[in-house]
Amino acid sequence: MREWAEYTIEEAGGRATVVITGPMVVSSVGQIDPELRDIGDSIQTVDISQVSRIDTVGAWILYRFAQRTGADIVGGSEKAEVLLDAVERAESEAPIAPPRKRNAKQITEHVGIAVIDFFKGVVASIGFLGSVIGACFSLLIHPRRFRMKALVRQMELVGVQSLPIIGLMSFLIGIVIAQQGAVQLQQFGAETLTVNLVGRITLRELGVLMTAIMVAGRSGSAFAAQIGTMKLTEEIDAMRTIGVSPMEALVIPRILAAVLMMPLLGFFASVVAIIGGAVIGDVMLGIPFLTFLARVQEVVPVTDFWVGMVKAPMFGLIVAMAGCYQGMQVKGNAEEVGLRTTAAVVQAIFMVIVLDAFFAVFFERIGWI
Amino acid sequence: MSEHIDNETDHEAAAGGEDYPIRIRGLTNAFGDVTVHEELDLDVRRGEILGVVGGSGTGKSVLMRSIIGLQMPQSGEIEVFGHNITEAEPDEEIGVRNRWGILFQGGALFSTLTVAENVQVPLKQFYPELSQKLLNEIARYKVVLTGLPEEAASKFPSELSGGMKKRAGLARALALDPELLFLDEPTAGLDPIGGAKFDELTRELTDTLGLTVFLITHDLDTLYAICDRVAVLADKKVIAVGTIPELLENEHPWIQEYFNGPRARAATATHERGKALDNDASGKA
Repeated sequence: MREWAEYTIEEAGGRATVVITGPMVVSSVGQIDPELRDIGDSIQTVDISQVSRIDTVGAWILYRFAQRTGADIVGGSEKAEVLLDAVERAESEAPIAPPRKRNAKQITEHVGIAVIDFFKGVVASIGFLGSVIGACFSLLIHPRRFRMKALVRQMELVGVQSLPIIGLMSFLIGIVIAQQGAVQLQQFGAETLTVNLVGRITLRELGVLMTAIMVAGRSGSAFAAQIGTMKLTEEIDAMRTIGVSPMEALVIPRILAAVLMMPLLGFFASVVAIIGGAVIGDVMLGIPFLTFLARVQEVVPVTDFWVGMVKAPMFGLIVAMAGCYQGMQVKGNAEEVGLRTTAAVVQAIFMVIVLDAFFAVFFERIGWI
Repeated sequence: MSEHIDNETDHEAAAGGEDYPIRIRGLTNAFGDVTVHEELDLDVRRGEILGVVGGSGTGKSVLMRSIIGLQMPQSGEIEVFGHNITEAEPDEEIGVRNRWGILFQGGALFSTLTVAENVQVPLKQFYPELSQKLLNEIARYKVVLTGLPEEAASKFPSELSGGMKKRAGLARALALDPELLFLDEPTAGLDPIGGAKFDELTRELTDTLGLTVFLITHDLDTLYAICDRVAVLADKKVIAVGTIPELLENEHPWIQEYFNGPRARAATATHERGKALDNDASGKA
């Protein structure tokens, strides 16, 4: 198998000689290196005449050993001499990692950076919002610059292509709500209220909320990663120099696509969830499928539908803004794209849920209960 | 030129695989309907710097990717150190992988690691028994060996200039002390001074470390300055291999155009002037 470099110490006339045998190459020095480090400094000569092969790693180990002990290296082949000379010239003491600070200093520094970054982020996101609004106005003034093709393409990506996954998710959620609700309501003999439960909660809350979370994971992350990668490859800079505003070409179509598709997706999700509930109603409660659907029309006020439809475009706006904003903030390296994509999804979902809570109070106050 | 290759084949049969780190026979590469290489033959001699030239789209990079096993050829044999790459067992392939180093066009440094950590990646991968102390020392001297300032060891790739990135990439390519070095357009994107310095470094390291270099280039100055032989890719084959004077006698229109174009003449002139200066200097001494 592998050959290892070995050494023996020969003492003659008060002079100690380390005799190295075998190959002194990167694949064979794993054992001899720590051993040579442990030898004290009472060595006068290093004999390398029996070294079969040598490379720079072997030469470096010999050179460093000779340096430390003050020994002379003898018996080297021509190649060994060349390599020893090369590594001697290349010796360096430089650190291999950026300097590390002491803990206390590091912690305060981290906290400071986090606080400054937070405020910078606030300023930058307000700036981003401003430039989005600015771009909207400039598109209103120059409607010909509007990218219809990009918008349709994004609507397909955000909307049409997410129909299957959102449909499946909503169907299953409808089943779970109906089934869990029925079990609880049966205790009061009120299992027919399952219809109210499923119909109202999906149209008011869950349909739109779950869709927003799904769109954040699916499209918000894609926005951040796409735009971030384009920033890294200088595509965004290239666009600017050609006179194409990245806001108009990339950001506005994505935001608009999300705002337009979210109500449609949210409504679709609510309907599919109600169908899921109706299936459970048929199987578990003995409410015929069509009767369940007819009851939904009677027990769900139309304001519930409007509650969902008012929230949906807002959620779409938040998801798309977070994705595009984080994408535009990417600079430096590939790792940053990953971090920013994660941040886009987390922020989007967080803000959607916070906003949903505000909406809940708001609609209650205006009487859309 | 086919005669030339035949001669080499005879010689090689006698000498065994070790004199030719790379032997390619009948290599065919195709992407869909587009054939890039058809029955391509090429030998790289031990200890030489072989320049590979060819027009854009003649498959120079594809050839390199085939040799290092990133691209599975349609047919043909590629032997590296006597091992057939196209049908090598995983173990055997690893035995070859630690004997070559590759400098990709953009440097391909791992962006989340410092230069020194980049150099340590192949070492840790192949030789986990090496101590961290030794790894650090190796990284330090390799950085200086490739002509980087020693402080560059602790820098991240994004903090380096284009020329420094190439050198850092070279330091990583040389991490395992390979016998065979692949350079994909090493001087592309460097200024002429940086390019000339990189050429010098390549030559110096080749001589010091006893490397065999497979060098893809567009840079005529590089060809004249450091290549022992030049292989010309055209018509889906290697149409000629030889020293530049040998190639100048070749009748092939592409070779004539390449070596007699205005840029080539400028490079020749520079080269001749350099030689004349050297002669002057040695004459005086």
